[in-house]
Amino acid sequence: MPKGVTVNVCMGTGGIAGGADEVLAAFREELSRNSVEGRVLEKCAVHQVGCRGFCARDVLVDITIDDERTTYQYIRPDMVKRLVSEHIIGGEPVADWMVSDEYHRFHDLQKKIVLADCGTIDPEDIEAYIDAGGYRAITEVLESRTPAEVIDEVRRSGLRGRGGAGFPTGQKWELCAANEADRRYIICNADEGDPGAFMDRSVIEGNPHSVIEGMLIGAYAVGSDSGYVYIRAEYPLAVDRLRLALDQARAKGFLGPDILNSGFSFDIKIKLGAGAFVCGEETALIASIEGERGMPRAKPPYPADKGLWGKPTIINNVETWANLPPIINNGADWYAGIGSEKSKGTKVFALTGKIRNTGLIEVPMGISLRDIIFDIGGGIEGGRLLKAVQTGGPSGGCIPQQHIDLAMDYDNLLAVGSMMGSGGMVVLDESDCMVNIARFFLEFTQAESCGKCTPCRLGTKRLLEILTRITEGEGRKGDIELLEDLAGDVRDTSLCGLGMSAPNPVLSTIRYFRHEYEAHIHDKHCPAKVCRKLLTFFIREDLCVGCGMCRKACPTGAADGKPKAPHHIDTSSCVKCGACYDVCKFKAVLKE
Amino acid sequence: MEAAFSGKLETVYRRYVDEDGNAISILQDIQAEFGYIPEEAINSIARMTGIAPSMFFGIVTFYTQFHTRPRGANIITACCGTVCHVKGAQRIISRIHDELRLKEDQDTTRDKLFTLEKVNCIGACSIAPVVVVNQKVHGRMSPEKMARELKKCRERTDA
Repeated sequence: MPKGVTVNVCMGTGGIAGGADEVLAAFREELSRNSVEGRVLEKCAVHQVGCRGFCARDVLVDITIDDERTTYQYIRPDMVKRLVSEHIIGGEPVADWMVSDEYHRFHDLQKKIVLADCGTIDPEDIEAYIDAGGYRAITEVLESRTPAEVIDEVRRSGLRGRGGAGFPTGQKWELCAANEADRRYIICNADEGDPGAFMDRSVIEGNPHSVIEGMLIGAYAVGSDSGYVYIRAEYPLAVDRLRLALDQARAKGFLGPDILNSGFSFDIKIKLGAGAFVCGEETALIASIEGERGMPRAKPPYPADKGLWGKPTIINNVETWANLPPIINNGADWYAGIGSEKSKGTKVFALTGKIRNTGLIEVPMGISLRDIIFDIGGGIEGGRLLKAVQTGGPSGGCIPQQHIDLAMDYDNLLAVGSMMGSGGMVVLDESDCMVNIARFFLEFTQAESCGKCTPCRLGTKRLLEILTRITEGEGRKGDIELLEDLAGDVRDTSLCGLGMSAPNPVLSTIRYFRHEYEAHIHDKHCPAKVCRKLLTFFIREDLCVGCGMCRKACPTGAADGKPKAPHHIDTSSCVKCGACYDVCKFKAVLKE
Repeated sequence: MEAAFSGKLETVYRRYVDEDGNAISILQDIQAEFGYIPEEAINSIARMTGIAPSMFFGIVTFYTQFHTRPRGANIITACCGTVCHVKGAQRIISRIHDELRLKEDQDTTRDKLFTLEKVNCIGACSIAPVVVVNQKVHGRMSPEKMARELKKCRERTDA
């Protein structure tokens, strides 16, 4: 870090939504207006940086004066003036706004490899990446290693695909390189479709060059001259930063013909996804790049044998690619020394839901769920009780509270009926209904099923209908067994991963929360008080002050009463929308 | 008008004429140009490329990003991801329907001022529930905040 004053403002999607661009502009204005550089006789630089991880405390700002770094949280534009006058000019950090111990606890158990430079370097400046040691790995590979040596290094590191299924990366490359072909392709899967996941988006927004460098290493190893990044159009900021990074890399000679005078040529194109979850499946993704409807096909042949345009193709996801430069720089043994026996390295998770410290975390494989939730995550929001953790999105399952000491790795997650998935981790508390959660995911997979094979197209629809019936109080005796039976058939007979894993949310919630299903079906009761058709809304007269808020909010006139006198709800005209419950400031509206 | 229409299509077509596999990119560019994908545009581009119109329609109806009808001046995108769901996205969506007087299966208001669309997840889960109003991400939404945002949009569009 050069001497002088550096201000870093977190500008990921989360930061920007929290007002980071206004904060950044305020710093630039305040520093130039007071001609601060002249007054402190130092160079002052203001940078935007990628996601810092602790999104719950956005906007996060680092002020570094001569290597002394102070981090501030919850910064708004109107606070900038004081930060500049007291800290930068006066030399006294503003203690009131500094991050608390919780910020440090959030980071203590983390180990950052992929995210190491995310949040410290400017993602829109290739020089920042190079200064942090970027493009050193590819330079070394091109100068002194054969493709076979690179593949061997990756194989020995134990790296497994971070997209969800966990296939060994080195083995995939070996298979691809062994095929006779006039052309091979490299694809980066950035079609992060799982709801509740934003790891890949954050990596591209925060450090796009690490993904490009990873792809370069892969391309050299398998002998490819052409790569694609397939990225969701729903991530406009990530797309812009990636496009800029590709242009900068080309200008610097890291992409294009004869890279670094090595004779090796490679370039990368961006393909924008058009909104289809199934395109995260590799054969569907390939069909989509080819300009077709994104429908999966049967495997084998695997893409490593016959992929894009029928040529051998390597598909890895964003996080996998970003792991490669550190593996080359530090060696396979270093990487294999981190993590658990069969899952090496670290994993990035998007920690969200009913947890205090939401954000982006990177932890060594094998860490316990307890450490993640209670140490890093700071426990459950509002002091409520933990019920379950949902991992793997619509393909995964719910891990109940009793498995909280589970060591997080690929194999353990499968054993409890969930999966790693791409790394979404949604924490659920006692106020969440597990039948409703299962219904939510089936609604998702049913809508996203491409329709090619019958078990998935019709099976998910029937599963959704049964679950909807149960949450609406129409559940019948035998529904649970019917769900289990049908879910098993969909899992066993679907063509691709989407259909095969779609029943997971149903099966895992029945396995651990059967009593909730039974309460819905037999007692017409939702224990978590979520399923509205099973609830009755009423007003406690002793708490109601007659403010009339519920009367105004009620769409049907069911909530009524005279001003300043207790109101009541007419159950026959109540549509159970919950508007009265939301607006009541006196907690006089109850649901049962 | 006619000439301008085919001129725009011609430009899009020329951008991709040299390479195979660009049907989706062509459609994305057409949508960027017109705001939606008009039927005549598909027929014209099919003639230019020699690809059957049914092939283009197949793609348009497969991907949720494509729209076959004109959209409103303000685009309200409600996130329906897992975290938004457990933090009350449905109540916000109901409120939008009420405020805009949209029927259950309707997505654009009759005066073409608003279009409501749902998206699986925009990946801003740490500030859920999230609604994107004209491409600006609004975090920690509530039905009341949503109603205020819609009012602001209406005022801006009227002005």
